[in-house]
Amino acid sequence: MSGIIGKKIGMTSIYDKNGKNLPCTVIEAGPCVLTQIKTKKNDGYEAIQLAYEDKKEKHANKPLKGHFAKAGVSPKKIMREFTRFEPGHQKKIGDVLTVDIFIEGEYIDVVGYSKGKGFQGVVKRHHFHGVNDATHGQHNRMRAPGSIGASSYPSRVFKGMRMGGRTGNHRVKMINLQILKIIPDKNLIIVKGSVPGPKGSYVIVERWS
Amino acid sequence: MQVKLLFRSKHKDGLNIGMMSKNELLKFIEDQIEVKEFPKFKAGDTITIQYKIKEGTKERLQNFQGVVLQRAGSGPTETFTMRKISGGTGVERIFPVSSPFIEKITVNKSGVVRRARIFYLRGLTGKKARIKEKRI
Repeated sequence: MSGIIGKKIGMTSIYDKNGKNLPCTVIEAGPCVLTQIKTKKNDGYEAIQLAYEDKKEKHANKPLKGHFAKAGVSPKKIMREFTRFEPGHQKKIGDVLTVDIFIEGEYIDVVGYSKGKGFQGVVKRHHFHGVNDATHGQHNRMRAPGSIGASSYPSRVFKGMRMGGRTGNHRVKMINLQILKIIPDKNLIIVKGSVPGPKGSYVIVERWS
Repeated sequence: MQVKLLFRSKHKDGLNIGMMSKNELLKFIEDQIEVKEFPKFKAGDTITIQYKIKEGTKERLQNFQGVVLQRAGSGPTETFTMRKISGGTGVERIFPVSSPFIEKITVNKSGVVRRARIFYLRGLTGKKARIKEKRI
């Protein structure tokens, strides 16, 4: 696997060679710096750590400053670990990864956090149908969940019963998105289709091969 | 590639992501889309569109004449909806302004309407569905 950290810019549409209008998402990805290599001996597992986007020196605490100083870079806003990163790779601490690791036309996965929706009822959260009738004695139960179980047996509500609650802001992975275009000068990747999360949110663009 | 932005966004170029204005990187992508130069038209106008259609390997031009119901969006991703009555049935088509298949647009009549989106036309037939023509 290889990947990179990026930021969702927004959606638009572009035309392909045949003149087809394709919906696409623009992602600003990288350049990322390799800040740590975790090994089985030291950490119990193998992974590499990438960091993305500069932040002001005064906003980094001392431990983080030291961590970035080891890699010889300025403090970064976010860090993510990538396990099973290109087995047998020759990367060193301080290496810079850009969008060049991807090829136009290939299929990639994008991980992000979906838009938070707050406390939602069962109709939005679990796609319940609610009560379909507004008449026949119904009065304020249009979006109610209905029965949540039997009576004296089991005398309780089963675990995992679908109910209302916090919705969205989950980690979501969109798989097999095609890369339509790469613009290395501006660190941009244009991906066919949509990507989870609001504009400006951080995403991970990765490829499993 | 020379790009002519005929349909400019109302908002100023914004740097902030998540604001109403378009991000400059997004604008950079959209600026690469070519928009052909067409005569000005708005909702209520009767226009004819000549567009290419592919049949197997052959390519030919087809006309679509009708009333513009609305123009939606901005910049190269703007679209417009057209409506005509074909054999007694209403037919609507949505065209993107930057579509490479559009060959030519001619304005036949410019109508007088008070709205930017004249969806009320869908419910009208016969003499009621007429639009007053603008006299110059």
